[in-house]
Amino acid sequence: MNVTSAIDNELDEPRFNHCTATRNACKLCTPLGACLVFRGIEGTIPFLHGSQGCSTYIRRYLISHFREPIDIAASNFSEESAVFGGASNFKAGVSNVIRQYQPKMVAVATTCLSETIGEDMDRIFHDYLKESWHEGHPHLIKVSTPSYSGTHIDGFHAAVRAAVAALALPGDRTRRVNLFPGMVSAADLRHLKEIADDFGLPYTLLPDYSESMDGETWSEYEKLQSGGTPIEAIHAAGCAQCSLEFGRTLADFPSAGRFLEERFNIPNRRLGLPIGLRETDALFEALEAASGLPTPAKYNKERGRLVDALIDGHKYVFEKRAIVYGEEDLVTGLAAFLAETGILPVLCASGGKSGRLERNLREVLPMLDERTRIHDGIDFAQIAELAESLKPDFIIGNSKGYALARKLGVPLIRVGFPIHDRIGGQRILHLGYRGAQALYDTIVNALLDVKQTSSPIGYSYL
Amino acid sequence: MQPMPPSQPEIGILPVREASIVEAGKGAGIACDKHSAAGSVSQRACVFCGSRVVLYPIADALHLVHGPIGCAAYTWDIRGALSSGPQIHRNSFSTDLQEMDVIYGGEKKLYHALTELIDLYKPNAAFVYSTCIVGIIGDDVAAICKRVAAEKGIPVLPVNSEGFRGTKKDGYRAACEAVYKLVGTAPTEGIPPHSINILGDFNLAGETWIIRDYYQRIGVNVVSCITGDARVEDIRRAHGAKLNLVQCSGSMMHLAKVMERDYGIPVKRVSYFGIEDMSAALYETAKFFADDPTIMERAQALVRDEVALIWPQLRAYRAKLQGKKAAIYVGGAFKAFSLVRALKMLGMETAVVGSQTGGAEDYKQLQEMCDPGTIIVDDSNPLELAKFCLQKDVDLFIGGVKERPIAYKMGIGFCDHNHERKEPLAGFIGMLHFAREVYSSVMSPVWQFAPRRAAKLKGAQP
Repeated sequence: MNVTSAIDNELDEPRFNHCTATRNACKLCTPLGACLVFRGIEGTIPFLHGSQGCSTYIRRYLISHFREPIDIAASNFSEESAVFGGASNFKAGVSNVIRQYQPKMVAVATTCLSETIGEDMDRIFHDYLKESWHEGHPHLIKVSTPSYSGTHIDGFHAAVRAAVAALALPGDRTRRVNLFPGMVSAADLRHLKEIADDFGLPYTLLPDYSESMDGETWSEYEKLQSGGTPIEAIHAAGCAQCSLEFGRTLADFPSAGRFLEERFNIPNRRLGLPIGLRETDALFEALEAASGLPTPAKYNKERGRLVDALIDGHKYVFEKRAIVYGEEDLVTGLAAFLAETGILPVLCASGGKSGRLERNLREVLPMLDERTRIHDGIDFAQIAELAESLKPDFIIGNSKGYALARKLGVPLIRVGFPIHDRIGGQRILHLGYRGAQALYDTIVNALLDVKQTSSPIGYSYL
Repeated sequence: MQPMPPSQPEIGILPVREASIVEAGKGAGIACDKHSAAGSVSQRACVFCGSRVVLYPIADALHLVHGPIGCAAYTWDIRGALSSGPQIHRNSFSTDLQEMDVIYGGEKKLYHALTELIDLYKPNAAFVYSTCIVGIIGDDVAAICKRVAAEKGIPVLPVNSEGFRGTKKDGYRAACEAVYKLVGTAPTEGIPPHSINILGDFNLAGETWIIRDYYQRIGVNVVSCITGDARVEDIRRAHGAKLNLVQCSGSMMHLAKVMERDYGIPVKRVSYFGIEDMSAALYETAKFFADDPTIMERAQALVRDEVALIWPQLRAYRAKLQGKKAAIYVGGAFKAFSLVRALKMLGMETAVVGSQTGGAEDYKQLQEMCDPGTIIVDDSNPLELAKFCLQKDVDLFIGGVKERPIAYKMGIGFCDHNHERKEPLAGFIGMLHFAREVYSSVMSPVWQFAPRRAAKLKGAQP
C-alpha cells in the first residue's frame, strides 16, 4: 500500500448502521459471569433461579470453551412458578442439589425471569433457612443478576462481591493480599498464584477456576471438580492487608474490593488488567509494596526477555492496524499492550457499556489520537461495518470474531472468552510479562505468516 | 490442598427421578413427558430452545429473539444446519431488552427492531421468538407482528416460546404452529405427482442434501425440507406434497399431523441413520408410490449400490469394534432407535440409552429392542449418566456437547451426534462416517493414559 492510498483511507470516514436490534452481540448475559465465578469457589454449585434453559445454555457455552464439565442447577420455573413465584421450586431445587452433590456451598444467581416477576430473594432465603437450616448445612449465598441489566462481566464482578459480602469475616490484620483478577483464563489464574507465591504472600484469589475449569482426567468420579478458592480463604479476606482488583471499569462498580474497604477498612488498590509491560509493571509495584520485597529475579528476567523480543520484532508490527474487541477491561489492557509494541489499535470495541471505556483507554494511552476509534455498547455487525473502511491487518479478541476475520481475510488472534473453535482457550496466557511475551510471539508470527503466504516468492527466511 | 478422600461417595439417584429409570427386559413402564425436577441439573433446555432449533434452518427468514441478550447470544451460529443459499439464519438478532424496556414494555423496541432488520436484510419471512419475560411484561407480540407484516408485505410470525411454559417439546409445538401459518399460502402448480416433504432432518453437515439426492435418484420429488436448508417459498407450497416423511418425530410430528388433518397428507415416521433405517425409509416411500413400480426398482438398486460401496470398510471397522459397549443420550428417542441398530451393525452393545424428550411409546420400543439389562432413562442428568457409564463400564458415549466432558473426564470415548457435528452421519455414506467416528474414538491410544483406565490396565497385569 502506498502512502497516498493510506491517507485516502484515513479520510474515508468509517460508519456503521444504528440499529435498534442487537445483531451478533459482543456480550453475554449477566448470569453467565456469576456461574463462572461460583464454579471458581471450592465445592460450590451454581444455582440459577429461573427457567431450565438458562442453565443449559450457559453450561453449553462454558463447556465449549473450557472443555470441562460444569454442572449448574436451576429451579426450573413452570407457568405456575412464573405466576405465583418460585419459592417452592427454589426449596425443592436446593434440597435436591444438596442431596445429589453434597456441596460446600450453593450459590444462587437470579435471572431475568425471577427478577421480572419481582421475587423477594431475601424472603425466599429466610423462609428456606428457617425451615431447612441445620448443623453442617452448606453455605447459601445469592447474587442479583438480571440479564436485562449489564453484561456477563457485571454478573462476574457482582458474584465476586456477593461471595465476599456473605463470607468475609473481620479479624486482626494479616499479611494476606486479596486478588480479584476479573474474568481471565485458567492459565492466567495459575500464573497469578505463582507470582503471589514467589513474593511469599498469602493470598485470597477470587475466583480461582484454574483447577476446577482446567483440571486433570479423573481417577474417581468428581461430582464437583476439585479446586477453587477455599471458603476459608474468603473468610480470611476480611483480615487482609489490602485488596488488588484488576479492571479499570470497577472504578464505578460496587466491587468486592470496595466492599472490603468500606466494611473492613481494607485498602483497595485498583489496577488495569496486567497485560503488556506497563500494566504489568504496575502489578509488580503493588506486590512489592504489599510484600516489602523486591520483584523476584525470575520476573525481571521475563521482563527483560519481553523487551528484547519487542525490539527483535518491532519492524514487523510497526503501525500495523488492529481491531480489538471484547470486555472493556480486556480491550483496554490489550490496546495498552499493542500500542507499546508500535501497533495501532484502529478500533477498540466492546459490547459492554460501563461508560468508562474511552476514559480508561485515555488513562493508559494518553497518546491516543483520532486514528483510534472507541465504541462501547457495540455489536459484531457494527464492528464488521466499521471494519470495511478501517482496513485492519489483524483482529484480536474471542472466537466470535472469526466470521469477521474470514470476511476481511486477516488473521484472528484468539484471546479472552469464549474460544469455541480451538482447543486450549482456557490455557491462553494473557497476564504478566510472560503472557505479553506469548501474545507478542503469536501476533508477530501471524503477521509474518501473512507476509510469507501472500508473497509470490515464498521466502523461507524472514 | 485437601487430600483426595480414599473412596468417593456413591452417586445417589433422587427419589423423584427413580421412576424415570428402567431396565430392558423388565416389565415396568417409564415415567416421562414431565417437567424436569428442580435442582436436578437436567440436560434439557427450554421451550425457547425447542422452537429455535426447529425454525433455525429456515435460511431466508429473519429470526428475531425478543428478550434480554442471553437467549440470542447463546444460539448464535451454533448449529450445523447448512444453507445452500442465503445465510440470514446464521445471525443472532435480539431486541436486547434493558431495564427500562422491562418497566415500560418492549413493544416499541420490537417494532423498530423488526422493521429496520427487514429493511436491512430483506428476508422472505420473519419469526419473532418470545422469551421468558415477554409475556410477563405484557408485550402484545402478535399485534406488532401483524402490523409489521402489513407494512412490509412479508409474513411476520410470532413464536410463543417463553422458556418456562413447559418443556423443549412444547417449544417444538410452538414452532410447528408458527411455521404452519406459512403452509398453504402459495400455489402448488407444477409439483410432480410423486412428491414428498422431508420433516425433521436439519441438514447438519449437509445431511439433507445426501437424502434429497437419494430421493431424486429413485424418482421422488422433494417439495420442501421444512427443517433443513429450508426456504420460505418451499414451505408455502409444502401442502402440494403427497406424503410427509418425519424424522425426529418429537419435533415435527405436530406439524405433520395438522397437515394430515387439513390437507389429507399421510405421515410416515422414518430415520436416515444406519443402513437398515435408511433403506427402510426409501422402501417405505417407494411402497407408498406403488403406482410407479420403477420407484421401488430404483430404490432397491440404490440400496444395493450404496451398501456395496461402504460394506467392506464397515466390516473392517466391525472387526475392531466387536463387543465394545456404548451409552447413548440424545434429544429425541427416535434417533436412539437408529443408533442402537447402527451400533449393533458395528458389533457393539448398547448398555445405556436415554433421551431428553422421549414419549412412553418410544421407551417401550427401546425396552423391547435393547438387550436385557440395558439401562433406559428419560431426562437424565450428569451425575446419573456418569453413574450408569461407570456401572456398565462403557467404551463409548454418544451424545451432545454437554455430555462430552462427562465422558472424557472418566476416560471414555465420545461421539457427537448432536447439532454441532461437522461430519454428515445420515444416509449410507453417513453410516460409514459414523463407523469411522466410533472407531477413531474407541480405538484411540489416549485412553490408556486416563487414570481410571490406567489403573485397570495395571491391575490386569500379572
